[in-house]
Amino acid sequence: MLAYLIRRLFQAAITIVVMAVLVFVGIYAIGNPIDVLISPEADPAEIEAAIRRLGLDQPLWRQFLLFVGNALRGDLGTSFVHNEPALRLIIERMPATLELAVAAMLISIFLGIPLGMIAGLRHDRPSGRGIMAASILGFSLPNFWQGMMLIMLFAVWAGWLPSGGRGDTVPLFGVPVSFLTLNGLQHLVLPAINLALFKTALVIRLSRAGTREVMLQDYVKFARAKGLSERRVVLVHMLKNILIPVVTVLGLEFGSVIAFAVVTETVFAWPGMGKLLIDSILNLDRPVVVAYLMLIVFVFILINLVVDIVYSLLDPRVRLSGRAE
Amino acid sequence: MSESRTLAAPVVETPFMRFARQFAESRVAVLSLFGLALVVAAALFAPWITPQDPYDLAQLDIMDGNLPPMSESFSGTTYWLGTDDQGRDMLSAIVYGIRISLAVGAGSTLAALLIGCSVGLIAAFYGGRLENFVMRVVDLQLSFPAILVALILLAVLGRGVDKVLVALIIVQWAYYARTVRGAALVERRKEYIEAVRCLALSHRRILFRHLLPNCLPPVIVVATVQVGNAIALEATLSFLGVGVPITEPSLGLLIANGYEYLLSGQYWISFFPGVALLLIIVFINLVGDQLRDVLNPRLQR
Repeated sequence: MLAYLIRRLFQAAITIVVMAVLVFVGIYAIGNPIDVLISPEADPAEIEAAIRRLGLDQPLWRQFLLFVGNALRGDLGTSFVHNEPALRLIIERMPATLELAVAAMLISIFLGIPLGMIAGLRHDRPSGRGIMAASILGFSLPNFWQGMMLIMLFAVWAGWLPSGGRGDTVPLFGVPVSFLTLNGLQHLVLPAINLALFKTALVIRLSRAGTREVMLQDYVKFARAKGLSERRVVLVHMLKNILIPVVTVLGLEFGSVIAFAVVTETVFAWPGMGKLLIDSILNLDRPVVVAYLMLIVFVFILINLVVDIVYSLLDPRVRLSGRAE
Repeated sequence: MSESRTLAAPVVETPFMRFARQFAESRVAVLSLFGLALVVAAALFAPWITPQDPYDLAQLDIMDGNLPPMSESFSGTTYWLGTDDQGRDMLSAIVYGIRISLAVGAGSTLAALLIGCSVGLIAAFYGGRLENFVMRVVDLQLSFPAILVALILLAVLGRGVDKVLVALIIVQWAYYARTVRGAALVERRKEYIEAVRCLALSHRRILFRHLLPNCLPPVIVVATVQVGNAIALEATLSFLGVGVPITEPSLGLLIANGYEYLLSGQYWISFFPGVALLLIIVFINLVGDQLRDVLNPRLQR
């Protein structure tokens, strides 16, 4: 286990280094770093100072070391628009995005698994087919348009829910959250559904496939032969075995939920880091874009690492077969 | 290939005929294919079938702005799907938008297919360090969601149809490289490849004339689904404001333009382009599903 852990950590470290090199090359070799990192409105003296601070007058390899050093100290530049360290801006907005992503994951689990199991158990009946047709629709609906239609139905026509923003927040362990106030919850519902829909369709497919596979297994037949109630067979014996692949895939998908939050946050004006990214791209606020990129790479590598380690704990075969693939 | 066709007696099914028959077993898939053909035809012949050229300012009348669907214009023609703020007929705008969406989606998929297949084939055929390196890059790229990669690329590249194309190609090539490599690894060990190697044919000829055709079935499935994904991704990027420029409005941009009007209840500017987008993607996905069933060697009857 320890050897596996060390090897896996080593791989993650290499990936981070590779990404840092790529980002560095992207900014410094392709574009002009002065344009990327220094505000176009800065006067010559400021530009001079920034060039010296960032070491842009030094040879390339020293620039790279400086870039890495600054990044390690958490200095990824200062936003032109907000005049604040880019990293702090992003981290301030992170709780909003995480809250949205977690809410979406919960919806997709608690909606997707039951629906998928029904579709699997009744795969040749209209209810099963209906659920599968709905899941194809869920895969095909463009996320942003679906969000706009939710706004149209529930905010503009019915007037039940607000069309955007985050609503009232209360601090929970010092982090502002929406889901503890009624107003915040009302603001959370539509974006969370919007973000959850695609993953729900995925969970439905996974748990349907799992159900169809599991229901033919001997232990399910045996449980039935033992005279257990159908309810117990489905909810205990089958569900447990369906959960493993679903949880693994969902763990891996958490990163993509955060990435797709960019779209949801833009549609619903949800003040998370995805909306910050889009605003920064449109405002040419490049330090924030660079900082977001580095941070998201780090988050992704972390998620992949955690999922791999958890998976190796669940399934010893992974550890023994050398590579985690 | 050509020999086998001339040898076949007239009663024997050609592979293509068998493929067509199996595909036609699903009525939904055939209907989807038909719908898709209609959409493509509409996009191709847009200038001749639309009631108005939506980007010829001389044909627009600001007096007709923001009319709801089915309303009549100042000059007596009917706007079936309403008009936008500049008095543009939405039906015409949608057909022109489909044109750009399809061109970007299909164009980028085709280019990514060529690049990805070549790289994947070469990697599988030569193996060794080259293969290792290529597959590491593929793994690395595919561990990030496509939308994120595309967003970052466009943040660096800037706006424009050509830049969207480049971003979509970079996002997609890795899928094909992985798919082709998987198929090629299996095919490489088969006897016909050994045979053509004994004939001392050039590597290029072995790769592209013998190995590639036999790796195509899974690639076709991936490519079909990817066209849908590419169209959806382009629409999303355009909606976010980093995609195609306003001079070339795709469906995504039309939807984005209608966003502010949606909040005041004028739903049609966003609604109908979205329906068009949804239909195209559903058609493509349904055709892709059936292709997967037909071309899957494990289900081959």
